[in-house]
Amino acid sequence: MNLEYFFSLFLGGLTRGSIYALIALGYTMVYGIIKLINFAHGEIYMIGAFTSLIIGAALAMSGMNPILIFVLACLAAIVYSAAYGITIERLAYRPLRKAPRLSVLISAIGMSIFLQNYVLLAQTSDFLPFPLVLPNMKFLKPIEHMMTTTQFLILISTAVVMVLLTILIKFTRMGKAMRATSQDKDMAQLVGINVDRVISMTFLIGSATAALGGVLISSHIGQINFYIGFIAGIKAFVAAVLGGIGSIPGAVLGSFVLGLTESFGTGYISSDYEDAFAFIILILILIFKPAGLLGRKENEKV
Amino acid sequence: MSDAPVLEVNDLSMVFGGLRAVDNVSLNIKKGEIVALIGPNGAGKTTFFNCITGVYIPTHGEVKINTSEGSAVLNGLKPNVINEKGLARTFQNIRLFSNMTVLENVMIGRHQSLKSGILSSVLRTKKNRIEEQKVIDDSYEILRKIGLEMYVNELACNLPYGAQRRLEIARAMATNPFLLLLDEPAAGMNPQETNDLVELIERLRKEEDITILLIEHDMSLVMTLSERIYVVDYGKMIATGTPEEIKNNKEVIKAYLGEDIDA
Repeated sequence: MNLEYFFSLFLGGLTRGSIYALIALGYTMVYGIIKLINFAHGEIYMIGAFTSLIIGAALAMSGMNPILIFVLACLAAIVYSAAYGITIERLAYRPLRKAPRLSVLISAIGMSIFLQNYVLLAQTSDFLPFPLVLPNMKFLKPIEHMMTTTQFLILISTAVVMVLLTILIKFTRMGKAMRATSQDKDMAQLVGINVDRVISMTFLIGSATAALGGVLISSHIGQINFYIGFIAGIKAFVAAVLGGIGSIPGAVLGSFVLGLTESFGTGYISSDYEDAFAFIILILILIFKPAGLLGRKENEKV
Repeated sequence: MSDAPVLEVNDLSMVFGGLRAVDNVSLNIKKGEIVALIGPNGAGKTTFFNCITGVYIPTHGEVKINTSEGSAVLNGLKPNVINEKGLARTFQNIRLFSNMTVLENVMIGRHQSLKSGILSSVLRTKKNRIEEQKVIDDSYEILRKIGLEMYVNELACNLPYGAQRRLEIARAMATNPFLLLLDEPAAGMNPQETNDLVELIERLRKEEDITILLIEHDMSLVMTLSERIYVVDYGKMIATGTPEEIKNNKEVIKAYLGEDIDA
């Protein structure tokens, strides 16, 4: 068994894990606050990828610096997807705030199907090449066969997002309001927290990180279509459940566990079972720890 | 300041399907009063609180406040807006943010009055830092007044029971209310803790100029603290008056003890 192969699989796993984490954050945060599995979340990721492709292509015609194009396309994707996230919440979830949870869930699934088909009609069903190729970074030259520039970028940006998010949740006023809302929504309102605003903010943050994930992974893989959100969404959802849905560190941990499992599984066993590994590990963990790795058992309040 | 009551509830009803949980209840509280709302279990007291604080939207009736800033009708407003108008409450069962520290619990109540936005709090602008420091100072001050300063950095769930109840009051006070609604503040307390609570409530009224409406089953507490008492049974108001009048009211005795008290 050769060490270099092991490391390239390890780095590949971390890259996958990072992307899953960027998406899983949105699932877990939304679940933590309004106890909803937002099935339209994967579509947000896909819309992020499409937005950056469109904006990037438009800017490329002006002959701008590729790094600048990439940054601008990223920002456009984040802003546009965040707007989508907030709008979806307004239109499809807020009117159902008092309805049974199942109704909201159905609404989320409907939203997901609608967005997929909307992009299918507005764009195309074909795979589109994603040409935002960044120049290779010089200092990565010696390990280029193990880690590419985009992989490096994915790892760094995920780390930055995690740190920023931790600061936001631990130390800011909005973070405190979010934690309070996730613990007891009614009580939060009674101490003056505008819960609707907190929920909007949660959707905004979740959508922004998902969009970032969408742009990064697309530039890594090099092609996108309207269906990528579905698979990525399901995987990230598995990661969030694996780590304990509702818990942010749990989602990150679950994502890395999942990413590494997939990477080593495909590398050492067979790539035919790529998607199966995700679900095998999900089943195993849920048998032994039903609340997920870092999840807490939910006590029903009387 | 005119003599208009700070809280005025007129013909309030709350209907759940066929059940009239609150049936045509009217009540008013003057500034600086301590008023108790009593009644047997299931009489609709907590529902009444929920209607006032916006947790429920009352089926019928009017909830009105009169302050130095004028009068306002509260029906149909969201709980956070009602809180902003100066009403704060506690719950019968403790509902602290149990995974946060004592200080954070109080700061949360304090925060909502602030203006600077999320961006400035992420960027830690000067204005934001000053505001934040003020919030921390204020929160310490509140905790000190309520006698919880030794627990500042403990998680709320690790506090002794009596202290958790006091923290609920501290968190409510942090939102800067003129009217405090306490739902069974002494429930489950031992006699010593209850005495401390009585002392605390009187101090809040005197020093902080707070008006208090409380639901309580501990009759000795109700009789010592309150100036006026309202009694509800099956959603209806059956009596109102001073503690002395209530003690001797036939209707009230009937509601609590049943029909045949002479037998």
